[in-house]
Amino acid sequence: MTYPAVPAPSLPAAAYQLWRSADVIQKVAILIGITLVVLAIFAPLIAPFDPNSQSLIARLRPPLGFERAKAGYLLGTDELGRDVFSRSLYGLRLTLMLAGLGATLGLMIGGTLGLLAGIAGGRTEASIMAAVDTQIAVPFTLVALFLLAILGSSIQVIVLVLGLAGWEQYARIVRGEVKRLMNMPFIEAARAAGAGPLRIARHHLLPNIVSPLVVQFTLSLSNIVLLESTLSFLGLGVQPPTATLGSMVGIGRDYMPTAPWIVIAPAMMILLITFAVQILGDWLRDGADVRLRAR
Amino acid sequence: MLSYALRTLTRMALTFFAIVTIVFFATRLSGDAIDYVVGEGITSEDRALLIEYYDLDKPLFSQYLAFLRAFTDGQFGLSFIERRPVSEIVVERLWPSAQLLLSAMALTLLVSIPLGIAAAIWRKSWVGSAVMAVAFLGYAVPNFVLAIVMVLVFSYWLNWLPVVGNGTALHFIMPTVAMAGVLIAALTRFTRNAMLDVLGQDFMRTARAKGLPEARVIVKHGLRNAGITILSVIGLQVAGLAAAGSVVIEAIFAWPGIGDLLVSSALRRDYPVLQFGVLTVALAVIVINAAVDLAYAWADPRLRHTVKA
Repeated sequence: MTYPAVPAPSLPAAAYQLWRSADVIQKVAILIGITLVVLAIFAPLIAPFDPNSQSLIARLRPPLGFERAKAGYLLGTDELGRDVFSRSLYGLRLTLMLAGLGATLGLMIGGTLGLLAGIAGGRTEASIMAAVDTQIAVPFTLVALFLLAILGSSIQVIVLVLGLAGWEQYARIVRGEVKRLMNMPFIEAARAAGAGPLRIARHHLLPNIVSPLVVQFTLSLSNIVLLESTLSFLGLGVQPPTATLGSMVGIGRDYMPTAPWIVIAPAMMILLITFAVQILGDWLRDGADVRLRAR
Repeated sequence: MLSYALRTLTRMALTFFAIVTIVFFATRLSGDAIDYVVGEGITSEDRALLIEYYDLDKPLFSQYLAFLRAFTDGQFGLSFIERRPVSEIVVERLWPSAQLLLSAMALTLLVSIPLGIAAAIWRKSWVGSAVMAVAFLGYAVPNFVLAIVMVLVFSYWLNWLPVVGNGTALHFIMPTVAMAGVLIAALTRFTRNAMLDVLGQDFMRTARAKGLPEARVIVKHGLRNAGITILSVIGLQVAGLAAAGSVVIEAIFAWPGIGDLLVSSALRRDYPVLQFGVLTVALAVIVINAAVDLAYAWADPRLRHTVKA
């Protein structure tokens, strides 16, 4: 079966179109997002110091421009003489990486279960949806706390915990979309043409649910960043000396009366991430809605 | 109404049973908790004694049954660290948590309902946009960042407010605000949307047409109808957010509540306390959800009629 080819706009052109459609706040959010991602990717090149190298003579120095500041330490140093700027960059890198992995894992778990529930129906659907309801009924921070205490705070466990946060949203969305699509004539046609459930899922259902999934992915990303930061802040996430934004705030808290800069840089970065991601998520959702309405 | 209540209660019980089961098997994933707690330097006789004491030598399924039996005889075990019954430890934490939760809820309702109504009525003017912008910001600011900033400004710089504990009324201010922040953001949005749905309804026009003053139209006809939706949101979303928030906020302000207990027992690997604490909070959230569900059915005449029919 062939379809008439619709000429796809080139990537730069599409990106420019998207940029044009954004309002001022959304443009700011896009710029912040790009900046943060670039900083995270190139952290090893940008950071002037090793994030974990300590210096006894340069402890608790304030950012440049303040009294007692030490040359080269842009945002000051922490209680062990580590460069706050370098640690923030590496913390940003790790936080975004963990959040990306966690959100992807959640997408895979939730997407698969939602697809299964939507296609199989019956008992399978009922039990998957019961799991979804259970997950919704319990605040996930508690579950995360519990799992990390029991399984330990290794990177694998943290990614698993972040992946389990929010899978139920994907499952709900995918199941809903699949149920809607299964009643459409083109699925019936595919089935009549002899396509099995796997082929229908891969070639007919998945391409049609990509856009709500992209929106949900973006929206869940800020929740996951928040969860990771919260857990690290409480001391249950990534363990010291590795820097994540949350643990920098959590540990720096003890030095706040004398050295507030240790906390301010990572806290600002967390704020910027959640701010940018939420605005982008809302923007994508509105965009996706318009396309749905136009259909 | 009765069959609806029964269905809600059944679902509630099943959810709790599922959580109990998950919690039990999750704790047994990690091998012998004894090793974590006692660490090195324990004789093998003592170790065997402890394993027998905590039933860790029995088959998994009979451990599970013993775990379930605790719900009938109230024996949930001893804290690894404090050597006291966990039920005692958890129960004395409930009231401070409830106090903080209630004051945060009160602040949330006082702020977000008027703001949400204002944002709906003046949705096209700067009032509406300003309220929504603030609500958006409240959503983007993590509660621990809000708490930290407040501590920095009001305790360390201005020296106005105490940081830790729950002794006086002054101690309530920062934890309450830090906890209410995200709740206010959420509830303001929901109130605005619920009011917007109601404002366009025919009965609002009728109320105006029969000459009621605008304030009365908004409150008696608008808010009362929107209130049903708002109520359900408070149960479903706000209870969950508050439970998650209390963990962080109580830990920051050393508030002697159950959230602080959960964090400290997770850090110290005091499994019996952690396990019982998580179950207690989960039960509380489930009960609140179910109660709101029932209140919702009771308050909405439309739903009652469909149930009767």
